[in-house]
Amino acid sequence: MMLIPCPHCGPRAAAEFTFERPLESIVPLDATPAEAVERLYTRENPRGPSWELWRHAYGCRGWIKLLRNTATHEIAEAAAIEGAA
Amino acid sequence: MKRYSAFNLFRGGLDGHKGWTRAWRAPEPKPHYDVIVVGAGGHGLATAYYLAKVHGVKNVAVLERGWIGGGNIARNTTIVRSNYRLPELQAMLELSLKLWEGLGDELNYNLMFSQRGALFLGHSDSDMTRLAERGDALRCNGIDAELMTRAQVAKLIPLLDMSPDARFPVYGGLIQKRGGTARHDAVAWGYARAADALGVDVIQNCEVTGLNIVGGKVVGVKTTRGDIGAGRVGLCATGGSTKLAAMAGLKLPIECHNLQAFVSEPVKPMIDTVIMSQSIHCYISQSDKGEIVLGGDPDMYPTYAQRGMSMRIEEVAAQAIALVPALSRLRMLRSWAGTTDMSFDGSPIIGTTPVDELYLNAGWCYGGFKACPGSGWLYAHALAKGEPHPVAAPFSLDRFATGALIDEAGVGPMPHHR
Repeated sequence: MMLIPCPHCGPRAAAEFTFERPLESIVPLDATPAEAVERLYTRENPRGPSWELWRHAYGCRGWIKLLRNTATHEIAEAAAIEGAA
Repeated sequence: MKRYSAFNLFRGGLDGHKGWTRAWRAPEPKPHYDVIVVGAGGHGLATAYYLAKVHGVKNVAVLERGWIGGGNIARNTTIVRSNYRLPELQAMLELSLKLWEGLGDELNYNLMFSQRGALFLGHSDSDMTRLAERGDALRCNGIDAELMTRAQVAKLIPLLDMSPDARFPVYGGLIQKRGGTARHDAVAWGYARAADALGVDVIQNCEVTGLNIVGGKVVGVKTTRGDIGAGRVGLCATGGSTKLAAMAGLKLPIECHNLQAFVSEPVKPMIDTVIMSQSIHCYISQSDKGEIVLGGDPDMYPTYAQRGMSMRIEEVAAQAIALVPALSRLRMLRSWAGTTDMSFDGSPIIGTTPVDELYLNAGWCYGGFKACPGSGWLYAHALAKGEPHPVAAPFSLDRFATGALIDEAGVGPMPHHR
C-alpha cells in the first residue's frame, strides 16, 4: 500500500486518500468546448511520473497534488493546492 | 494441426504419446501481411481467427510483445455473461455469449466453458427494483434473465448468510442461467491454435516499437524483429493502447488502472453458481480445480504496476466472507492484477481512427474477458471490410466528442468513480 505524504498531515496510508484526476484533465472555466473535450476525455496516461490531484478524503479533507510514478508508485513530490485546502 | 479427440488420446496411449505436435508454429515474420494485429491476447487472437475463418483473410500476423496467455487473458475472474442494461452493450455481449456457446467444439479445444448461471444479488428494496428493471430490459431484447426471490436464492446457494443479522441481507437476485465461467488461458491457446491452423502467423516476443505512416496512412510497423509491412494494422493491446496510439500521434480516452483477483486453496465443490454483488462489488465463483475465485473493485487510481494494493484484498475477502461465511477458514493461494484500459464511459472502443488503415480495439475497462469472441468477431469485420460492423458502430472513438456516450454505470468521465 502506498504511504502518501499529505502536506498538511504528514505521511498517511493510501486508504485515507481518493484519487481525483490527473492535473492535465482539470477543465478551466473559460475552456472552449473542444478544449473541454480534450481535457475531460483524453489522457497522456503516462507509464512513469504523473502530476495528479488527490484528496485526503478521510483525513484533513484537503485537496493535494502529487507527482507520482504510475509504474513504481513512488511519490516524488507532494504539495498543497493554494486556496483549495 | 493434430485433432484433439478421445480417440487420438487413446491412440496416444499406445505409443507413449510421442505423436503430438506443437499447438502452433513459431514463424519468422514475413516482410508483408494484409493485416497485422498488435497484441496476441484473447481479443487479438480471436480477431485473427475470425479474419481467417469468416472473412478468408489469411495473410495475417498477430504480434505479441511477450508470450501468449501472459496478459489480461490470464488476469481476470473468468466470468462470462451478457446481462447488461444498455441495448448497445446487450447486442455486443449477447453476440459474444452466442459465440461462446459451441466455441470449444469449433476450436477443437476444451475451454471448460460452464454455463452454471451468473447471479446478481440484491441487498435492498432499491437493489431489487434496479435488478427488475435490468431484467425487463434484457427480456425485451430476447436475452435470458430471471428475477429470483429470497427463498429461491437461498435454495440455489445454501451457503449464503441468510440469517437475520447478516451483514449484507439478501432480498433476492437476478440470474442469467446462460452465464458462467471459462478456462481463461485455454481461450488464448485455443484461438492461437485454430488461427495458426488457418495460416495465421502468431509471432511472440515481437514488440511493436513504431508505426510506419506515409501520407496519413499506416503502411506497416516497426518491431524488435525488424520492419513489417501491412495493408491494415489493428491495435489490440490493453495496457499498451495509449503508447501504441501515441506512435500515430493520437491521444486516447483511456486511463490505465489495476484490477485484482485472487484464489483460495482448492476445496471440494461448494459453490456451483457465479455469485456477484454489484452494490457491494464482490465476485465469487469456484474453478474446476476447486479454488474459490474472488474479485472486487479496481484500485481506483492510475497504475501500470500489475500488482494490487493489500487494502483491496482485505475488502473483497471481508465482503466474500460476509456473504458466504463458510469461506472464512480458507487460505488464499495467489493474487494477481491486470492493467485495465479504463475508458471514459465504461464501454469499449472498436473501430477506425483518424489515421487511414489504422484501427483500434481498446477501452474494455474490467469487462474484457467475456467479450473475447464477440470483440474478435466485430474487430475482424472492421479489419476485413474497412468499416465497423453495425453492432460495433456505436463504440466509435469519436463518441466522446459527439456526446453519444454508452455509459452503463452512469460514471461520466471518471472511470474510477462508481
